[in-house]
Amino acid sequence: MIDRIPPGFIFILGALLVPLLKGNFKKALLLIIPIVGMINLINLPEGNHTLLDFLYYKLILIRVDRLSLLFGYIFHIISFIGFLYALHLDDDLQHVAALVYAGSALGVVFAGDFFTFFIFWEMLTVSSIFLIWARRTKRSQGAGFRYLLVHVAGGLCLFAGIILRLYETGSIEFGYIGLNGLSSYLIFFGFGLNCAWPLLHPWLVDAYPEATITGTIFMSAFTTKCAVYALARAFPGTHALIWIGAFMTAFPIFYAVIENDLRRVLSYSLINQVGFMVCGIGIGTHLSLNGAVSHAFNDILFKALLFMAMGAVMFRTGRINATALGGLYKTMPLTCIFCMVGAASISAFPLFSGFVSKSMVMEAAAEQHMPIIWFILLFASAGVFHHAGIKIPYFAFFSHDSGLRPREAPLNMLLAMGVTAFLCIFIGSYPWPLYRLLPYQDVAYNPYSGSHVIWQTQLLFFSALAFTLLILSGIYPPEQRYVNLDIDWIYRKGVPLLLKVINISLGGIQSFCHKLFVDGIAKNVAKMSIDGTYRLSLVFLEPLWFIRGIRGKDLKKKKREVHRMFQTGTVPLGLKAVIATIFLIVLLLLI
Amino acid sequence: MKRPQRKSYLFDNPRNVKILLRSFFLSLILLLLLEPFIHKHPHFSWEKWPEFYAVFGFVACVALVLAAKYILRPIVKRPEDYYDR
Repeated sequence: MIDRIPPGFIFILGALLVPLLKGNFKKALLLIIPIVGMINLINLPEGNHTLLDFLYYKLILIRVDRLSLLFGYIFHIISFIGFLYALHLDDDLQHVAALVYAGSALGVVFAGDFFTFFIFWEMLTVSSIFLIWARRTKRSQGAGFRYLLVHVAGGLCLFAGIILRLYETGSIEFGYIGLNGLSSYLIFFGFGLNCAWPLLHPWLVDAYPEATITGTIFMSAFTTKCAVYALARAFPGTHALIWIGAFMTAFPIFYAVIENDLRRVLSYSLINQVGFMVCGIGIGTHLSLNGAVSHAFNDILFKALLFMAMGAVMFRTGRINATALGGLYKTMPLTCIFCMVGAASISAFPLFSGFVSKSMVMEAAAEQHMPIIWFILLFASAGVFHHAGIKIPYFAFFSHDSGLRPREAPLNMLLAMGVTAFLCIFIGSYPWPLYRLLPYQDVAYNPYSGSHVIWQTQLLFFSALAFTLLILSGIYPPEQRYVNLDIDWIYRKGVPLLLKVINISLGGIQSFCHKLFVDGIAKNVAKMSIDGTYRLSLVFLEPLWFIRGIRGKDLKKKKREVHRMFQTGTVPLGLKAVIATIFLIVLLLLI
Repeated sequence: MKRPQRKSYLFDNPRNVKILLRSFFLSLILLLLLEPFIHKHPHFSWEKWPEFYAVFGFVACVALVLAAKYILRPIVKRPEDYYDR
């Protein structure tokens, strides 16, 4: 029974209207959809709604609790911001794909059963891929196909896990799972792929920088955060996640330091930030889970802000490589300021949003006495400031003067960035409204203790000092026009190599067999059965021709005629009968 | 390449860069001086060490950059058209 409208349906139905409208009506529609969705969401009471019968199972299209609501709110907010940012765009493909994508993300978050969850989970992939392909370049096409293949593999894994679990438990309810048995591992792995775990991560850094300017904003918000939500729902307190998360925070920052494409730098830092969330989910205390989901909330905003600033630079200059940019603060001051707000937020400066959420995960790791994890997270905190906090604004807006004097970003982009920047500062300075939305209200946390503020500022300022000294001394690795290999090398170079090996090895066997059987045995058998019978018949025919007085040229001509008859299988019946008789006589004599 | 200067911007003037750097270094010293006076809530013993966070931040970042430059980059660096070949 449909007693409430599922939040995702508003977006998906809205997507159907987009191609029917033009001009300002279309723009209005794009902005109204998230607002209508938000109103619908606010009016949803907690509990399960819109239950549908499907085969022998009950589908729960809307499950409202504190966890799903928090993700629901931020997905609506970022959709509004994303469409505001994309308002200048006249490309129905992107608008429709983004709406369906947002709708699918909401579908995932509010699904109360595995079937509904899986359908929307796959729709995430299918809709987002058009945001990559909409760039309409050869590179984006390739990246899109790789993205599709990787996600299809992950989706199949998840599906296998769901079916196994259904077989084991008889229930399709989507709730806490925990690691126990094959089905849970398959589901775990399926979530992990979308979450960009180490070794499973290259789809993200491969595809996001190849997506469209506006598409990347949506992509940075939905896919990984849906996976974070799924992990928080199904695997809180799973110890493996602590180490996976810690590794995720640390390794991408090394890549980010040497990467030239600034949107790829942001993609690496996206993995780094998701690492904090995964680690928080793994620790599994109420404080750390609050930290993980509030950091997801904040990360969606500041990561989108950074991607928007870089998108604006790309929109105006057509370039995104650090080597080709620099000095843009001169003519894009507002974009520069918004970018720095995003940078301060991701670096967790006091008064900016990262400060009030990331520290919860760190605090939880310390409370649980995990010194190694704590050190890795602290290292990653310093590192993220280094590459996302300083590198992004510095190389794009300051650094050497590239001579580019682009105009300031369009008004809609500035508004979108302004709203996001405001939210980043507001949440950072006054986090209590966000804290009140968190799933566990039994833990109190105050980020603004004297030691926390001073220590965090020290950490960041002395990281900045390291950057400054390294830049001034010329040790800082200059940006270079190179690509950096990542794990995707395995399939981007490995698969073509595998095909080559297959071609050589199996191809060799094939050509050998062709020589042996087709050209060798079969051909000789065919030749023998034609020429053998031909010669046999000559034994009988030649005396006959001799008697008839056929000699010389005529004899040769006759022989050729008979040979052709055998080759074409048009031997007269009488001759066949004679040969058969001779054959039988020979056989008889031999026996 | 020198071109006729049409408009001078904030950091075109070396004096402004110098002011920025000076105030940055000043704030660093201020931070170091402030630390002994704050009330600390350490979870680990090393958090009680004087200026632990400042030293860690600096050392971690230098190590990060050196590792990325001298270890990672030589291993993974390839020409831009590497995957298109």
